[in-house]
Amino acid sequence: MKRLRAALLRLTGLFGKQSRERELADELEAHVQMHTDDNIRAGMEPAQARRKAMLGLGSMEATRQAYRERSTVPLIENTMQDLRFALRQLRKHLGFTCTAILMLALGMGASVAMFAFVDAALIKPLPYQNPTRLVEATESIALFGRANLSHLDYLDWKRLNEVFSSLDVYTGSGFLLNTPTGTEPVPALKVTDGFFRTLGVVPMLGRDFYAGEDRPGASRTAILSYASWQRRFGGNRDTIGKTVSLGGNPYVIVGVLPKEFHFAPGGRTEFWVTDHADDSCEKRRSCHNLVGVARLKDGVSIEAALANMQSIAKQLELQYPGDNRGQGASVISLSEAFTGDVQPILLMLLGGAGLLLLIACVNVSSLLLVRSENRRREIAVRGALGASPARLVRQFITESLVLVAAGSALGVAAADGAMHLLVSLISQDQMSNMPFLLGLGMNRHVLAFAAVVALLAAILFSLTPLIRLRLNAVQEGLADGSRGSAGTVWRRFGANLVAVELAMTVVLLVGAGLLGKSLYRLMQVNIGFQPDHLATIHVVLPEVGYEKNEKVEAFAAEALAKTSALPGVRSAGIINILPVSSNGNTDWIRFVGKPYHGEHNEVNQRDASPDYFKTIEAKLLAGRYFTNDDDAARPLAVIINQSLAKRYFPGENPIGKKIGDDDLTPNSIKQIVGVVADVRDGSLDSQLMPAVYYPFSQDPDTFFALVVRTSQTEQSILPLLTATIHQIDPRAGTVDQGTMAEHVSASGNLHRSIAWVVGGFAALALLLSIVGLYGVIAYSVSQRTREIGVRMALGAQRGTVYRLILTEAGWLTMIGMGVGLVSAIGAATLVSNLLFGIRAWDPPTLAGAAALLSIAALAGSYLPARRAASVNPVEALRIE
Amino acid sequence: MNGKTDVWQGTLALMALKTIESLGPLHGYGIARRIEQTSGNVLSLNYGTLYPALLKLEQEGSITAEWGLSENNRRAKFYKLTRAGRRQLEREAREWERVTEILARFLSPSGDPA
Repeated sequence: MKRLRAALLRLTGLFGKQSRERELADELEAHVQMHTDDNIRAGMEPAQARRKAMLGLGSMEATRQAYRERSTVPLIENTMQDLRFALRQLRKHLGFTCTAILMLALGMGASVAMFAFVDAALIKPLPYQNPTRLVEATESIALFGRANLSHLDYLDWKRLNEVFSSLDVYTGSGFLLNTPTGTEPVPALKVTDGFFRTLGVVPMLGRDFYAGEDRPGASRTAILSYASWQRRFGGNRDTIGKTVSLGGNPYVIVGVLPKEFHFAPGGRTEFWVTDHADDSCEKRRSCHNLVGVARLKDGVSIEAALANMQSIAKQLELQYPGDNRGQGASVISLSEAFTGDVQPILLMLLGGAGLLLLIACVNVSSLLLVRSENRRREIAVRGALGASPARLVRQFITESLVLVAAGSALGVAAADGAMHLLVSLISQDQMSNMPFLLGLGMNRHVLAFAAVVALLAAILFSLTPLIRLRLNAVQEGLADGSRGSAGTVWRRFGANLVAVELAMTVVLLVGAGLLGKSLYRLMQVNIGFQPDHLATIHVVLPEVGYEKNEKVEAFAAEALAKTSALPGVRSAGIINILPVSSNGNTDWIRFVGKPYHGEHNEVNQRDASPDYFKTIEAKLLAGRYFTNDDDAARPLAVIINQSLAKRYFPGENPIGKKIGDDDLTPNSIKQIVGVVADVRDGSLDSQLMPAVYYPFSQDPDTFFALVVRTSQTEQSILPLLTATIHQIDPRAGTVDQGTMAEHVSASGNLHRSIAWVVGGFAALALLLSIVGLYGVIAYSVSQRTREIGVRMALGAQRGTVYRLILTEAGWLTMIGMGVGLVSAIGAATLVSNLLFGIRAWDPPTLAGAAALLSIAALAGSYLPARRAASVNPVEALRIE
Repeated sequence: MNGKTDVWQGTLALMALKTIESLGPLHGYGIARRIEQTSGNVLSLNYGTLYPALLKLEQEGSITAEWGLSENNRRAKFYKLTRAGRRQLEREAREWERVTEILARFLSPSGDPA
């Protein structure tokens, strides 16, 4: 209690220092007076009496000091003093301060922003119960490591496995929702009844699906996503029990999912319905349309689960040699399934940002080193006046803390801005596949990361000047204060720092070069058609009313006829899946008259209308395009791509040959009527695959893309396309309208974003390290002015001086470049998966980075070299 | 030096408290002189050290200070014992007695520390 009271009083003592000092002075004066009075009374001379009184009081200064320390908290008092001094120092060297803070903020901003992405995607657990025990279980084939699961296989897996406490499946879907403003296609996911129980997610409103609710013939029920509930139903609690029309069928809403729930493969899924396993695909073991989600039993590892599933897959392969040949199993953690693709990218970007941060820190350190060099005299004077070494050290720590605090505050603000900027650069589609990024922001993890970085920077910046300062060498400091000898420590240490910095810059430059070149190569990829002047729109027909193929075909024919007649339209075509989307939607084919051993000839399967190839301007290599006569009434026709022709008909003319399904079922036999040059079905960086095209009218689907070539701008035709579709049937939905050029370009979006971000890092790194190099060389020149003066006085030419300085810079650059190139190859090898069409040790890129750095380094060191060469020897010598 | 003993650390506050208790409100100079006199001029008191000690006592609430006039009409700061100060004095005096008693027993030639 007593202590507390005293401590509080001392804290308040930090204020009102002046009045307290005056009061003490008064009190001491009174003391001396009274003592003097007494002494006089005792018979002393007045002067003698006062002197005696003063002596009795002892050292006045010591008393004052003791009193002062007692009346406040010396630590705080001193810190405040240090702080004031630090601020004054920093203000006096505004250029230094601003540069240091800006560089720090830049490094912090970049790395904190990148960490926030890493945190949101890779660190933050998925919003399910005990998410680390969840796995994705799928089949696996030679072509795709993770391939869909067929319904019958799923049932066997569920029955036979010994490693999952539960196994459920989902499959992507979509519905046409009737809204007051018309029909709207909405994304949906079909799941088995136990799906949410496996995830450990309980609806926040209403109920989960009952067990058995996924049986054929069970009533149609739906669970809403939180966003959909808010948007479409205004967040009303009485939404439960309401009926919505999905694709023309009534569904009863039974639940609403929690707000924080997300499921990356489902994207922006609004409706979750049970999969009644009643379509034709789910009756065939060879039709793969499901993805499994399972919860591991306690104590079962992912490896053990994989082994179990692989043995089951083997068993099924023996049991169903036709359907299950080559169908293995894949089990990976659910988080890997969701974020496996972006993980290496995010880690690479975090690494890049880390390098930038390091460069910034090194730069600030070397600036501090230069400053400590210049402050040796000040330190020596303070030391001579009695400042303790601890106090001097504290001064440096205080200054670095001020720098770091300002830099960090600015950096965190910059990171926040950068995050928003980067998120706004991610397209809606990409974002919907990465719902975990919605949690991006300045949360505790991110702030803790920023704090740790700031702490490390503060330690680094406090230590840097200390390395330089030998605090006890007061005399030396005083003596050589004005002498122009560059400290050897500085030469050795500061120079090395700059070489390190240059090396890191080379790594980033090479990285940016490789990624940029990858992007360029990606954009140069031959897609096999002309994407300009093509407008595209996806059409979704309702289930009800389009049960019969003829209806769908009639709609398609009318849509083609009407859009072809639109002004400016040169031709129009229909394809079930746009090119440059993804490989998949495959078919197993077999060739009539060729030996067959039960292998699965897996090829991409697409459905195209007669004018499709003409519209996209794909090249016909042999045979003919489809015609309007290739309809349901005629023999089945097929167009194959060049890859298929090369692989399965080497040296043969494939026209007229026949293909069928694995069993060559009579009604599956189709005749090859044409060969087209490869049109890239998958993304730009994917492999070309053999493909078959069936006439749309012989294999119609209620979901297809309409592709229109126009002589005008693509944008101007888009509204007309939508209007035309709705004119034919107002219940038809349209989605994803856009241009083919955008669609193709979007396939390179990921590469583009990475290239831009790393390019940005590299540019900043180059700027920072050249500033660093300039600083080092300029400082060296300023320290060597006298030496240069002497050299010139002794007859050195200006050219010699140039060479002297540029050699110094050249050495640093060479060392930095050498180390940097080697590290860059190493770093690029680590991320070689992200490169496209280029090796990690691409010589032109390495040479380009080296050349860029050399030019920049030359520019950075030219200015100080010129200053050195223009030194006037007479003045240089006189200054000293 | 000249046969005087230095004031032990920590005892100055106790002496000051006792002085104020016995003489009533008193200024620093008075306290210092009184301590010297009481010790029979054996203690060498550096007057300057008294003031920080008084400040500490004041901060702890044992004494209060007020400006007033001395017997010779000099303006001086007078220190007065508070109730908390009186309690502190009693407690510390008791403690001090115990310590000296133990030390005395310890140091007496006949005494056996066991």
